[in-house]
Amino acid sequence: MKRLLALALLAFALTLSVNAFAIDPLPFQNTAQRDRFQHLTRELRCMVCQDESLLASNADFAKQLRRQIFDMMQQGKSDREIKDWLVARYSTFILYDPPLAPATLALWFGTPAIALAGVIVVIVLLRRRTRPASTIAEEPGDDW
Amino acid sequence: MNPELGQVALILAVVLAALQCVLPIIGAWRGSKPLMATASTLAIGQFVFVALAFGILMWAFWTNDFSVAYVAQNSNLALPWFYKLSAVWGAHEGSLLLWMLILNSWTLALVALGGKLPQAFFSRVIGVLGFVAFGFLLYMITTSNPFLRLLPAPVNGADLNPVLQDPGLVFHPPLLYMGYVGFSVAFAFAIAALLGGELKSTWVRWSRPWTNAAWGFLTVGIVAGSAWAYYELGWGGWWFWDPVENASFMPWLIGAALIHAQAITDKRDGLRAWTLLLSIFAFAFSLLGTFLVRSGLLTSVHAFAFAPSRGIFILVYLAVVVGGSLLLYALRAPKVSGGKTFALASRETMMVIGNLMLTVACAMVLLGTLYPLVGEALNIGRISVGPPYFGPLFLILMTPLVLALPFGPLSRWGKADLKVWRRALIRIVALVVIAGIVAFALGARGWYQLLGVSAATWVMAGVVLFAIKRWREAPRGHKYPFEMLGMMLAHFGIGVFIAGAILTRSMSVEQDVSMRSGGNVAVGSYDFHFNGVTETQGPNYQAQQGTVVITRNGRQVVTLHPQKRTYSGGQVQTEAAIQAGVFRDLYVSLGDPIGDGAWSLRVYNKPFVRWIWGGGVLMMLGGFAVVLDKRFRLKRAVEPETARAEPKPELPRKLAEGEA
Repeated sequence: MKRLLALALLAFALTLSVNAFAIDPLPFQNTAQRDRFQHLTRELRCMVCQDESLLASNADFAKQLRRQIFDMMQQGKSDREIKDWLVARYSTFILYDPPLAPATLALWFGTPAIALAGVIVVIVLLRRRTRPASTIAEEPGDDW
Repeated sequence: MNPELGQVALILAVVLAALQCVLPIIGAWRGSKPLMATASTLAIGQFVFVALAFGILMWAFWTNDFSVAYVAQNSNLALPWFYKLSAVWGAHEGSLLLWMLILNSWTLALVALGGKLPQAFFSRVIGVLGFVAFGFLLYMITTSNPFLRLLPAPVNGADLNPVLQDPGLVFHPPLLYMGYVGFSVAFAFAIAALLGGELKSTWVRWSRPWTNAAWGFLTVGIVAGSAWAYYELGWGGWWFWDPVENASFMPWLIGAALIHAQAITDKRDGLRAWTLLLSIFAFAFSLLGTFLVRSGLLTSVHAFAFAPSRGIFILVYLAVVVGGSLLLYALRAPKVSGGKTFALASRETMMVIGNLMLTVACAMVLLGTLYPLVGEALNIGRISVGPPYFGPLFLILMTPLVLALPFGPLSRWGKADLKVWRRALIRIVALVVIAGIVAFALGARGWYQLLGVSAATWVMAGVVLFAIKRWREAPRGHKYPFEMLGMMLAHFGIGVFIAGAILTRSMSVEQDVSMRSGGNVAVGSYDFHFNGVTETQGPNYQAQQGTVVITRNGRQVVTLHPQKRTYSGGQVQTEAAIQAGVFRDLYVSLGDPIGDGAWSLRVYNKPFVRWIWGGGVLMMLGGFAVVLDKRFRLKRAVEPETARAEPKPELPRKLAEGEA
């Protein structure tokens, strides 16, 4: 029971380990580069945290990786190249935007499939329940 | 007071809950008045014992009784008194107890206000709530007892997690749970209707105020959590599509759909089966949210497998509640399906579109939240699903809803007047164009900003046009009933929210800088001057406090004091300093010393960020306003059994009185 308690507490502490947000001044050349960096690192996962982006994480892992991404940007690497490099090292788990692959087919096509099913249900419902407007009598009075 | 008494109180409560779920339902089934009459008594009794347990735990925190393991883990001698009390729900066991207390409070409110409901129906509702309570109490007693002793008792406690030492935590969980648990009332009404085979949908009207109240609470609970994350976590974001956030967002989406489905069924007898289904799912998603957050499943599938008893219990409970409800639905709902027909262009159609988009959005969030967990369990590789997945998909799914939104209220039930639509469309488009031009003149650039302004104007203009139409056409004294007022507030809130969410994202300037005392950085039109760091002392923490003077065009705007606190437990916590404004927030968060007397700081200018929560608060007010409507005041007349048994009972009685 004790161990269970300790474990639960640990789990709870982990979910809330976001208490120190990274503040990491990097010498960007200009605003555009800073925006690009923030946009890119916001969509990457810190691999050692519960659920935090690389931009937000205060872990050493994230700090080092931010530095590396910054350096790659100075070398003129594109976002695509940086992401490819990261994926090669850390697998696609680092991307918050999982690429289309056999394992993510259901993720990406799930929502359109559900939406399509929903639309079909609604169309059937509307066909069954609606009548032409001309056959519906006006209902006078306050309509609320 | 003795913690063991709390334990005894919980055991008594579980016994009462078991009786509450059996006796009234048997009573309703057999038509036994004495058995049905136990419903209120049992519910009140259960409330008393759970409240007692809650009070005892609170007392243990108040008196620093570190012989109680839960208190020792979550409190500390130096903790300020208000955080001692809110620490009751600072971790797993206590938050379950809070969950229970809130469930009992809702049941108590139902006992107090629902006395005029038909007795059999009322008994079934209370019985279903008893079942819900029984499961949770059993869970607490068997896996999550807050009264376990820790011997020998430590001299001091480990302290409450500093992230939770904030006014936000005092309010966020209770409000959120008020919402989650509030959906149990709509659920109980639906199950009671299915059990009793209610063919008429009068029960939907009885359940509407409860659903709206619960949704209002859930809305403000999510708003409080988002605002808390914004200033307490020091990141300046307000939503991350984190699984914990998603867990609260799913019941919110279904709740919003349910509110509208109930309105159609109440007024037009339109979507009876669908309303039942949504009532079940709103509560199922509330349970799922509790399960996801409380089982440890989100940390890791493996952590869950390692200490499975808690998670397995909720999973089984979830399966019983949802599976049982759906089975009942499948057996009984076909009897009640059907309803009034309507034209394709009508308020019903608009609301069906809204319902479709809200439920699909909920399915999308569910898919994205569970996918990594399922992937991990099936060993098909670890996948991260985050903002770049949820954000764009949500935007796409909400587009039809936002487009339809102004035309729902502007249509009539049954059949919309196409001339009204055309006129409204022209005016709304005109207003959108004007707003776009004004925004452009004020310096808005980029399609995303202009899209935000247009969408927000589209929604708000629709509400304003509707208000004008009512003012002109509706009969005096019935221009804006509370139910309609609630709709207008909530819809307007959506417009405010859209403006806030999109403009904040597209206009924010955020910068991490390193500055020495006397340093200075420009953020947009503001200058941030850094005047160094001093030491300061709080009740249970040491802090380094920065001083940042913000000026604009040489004139001083505000002086901010961001802190970096080290709590007695050793945890470090940043405390951002924010100057809030209607049109922008100025935000400073203190980082670390980086040598040579320089400090790292994060400075933000976040335009319109308050509108996000302002919109949420309007939606909450909308939910609450609906509750006040005269339409939902119960009349004695809703006693169909007796009415049928003795037609026109007044006349004989009057005669009898006359004779006497």
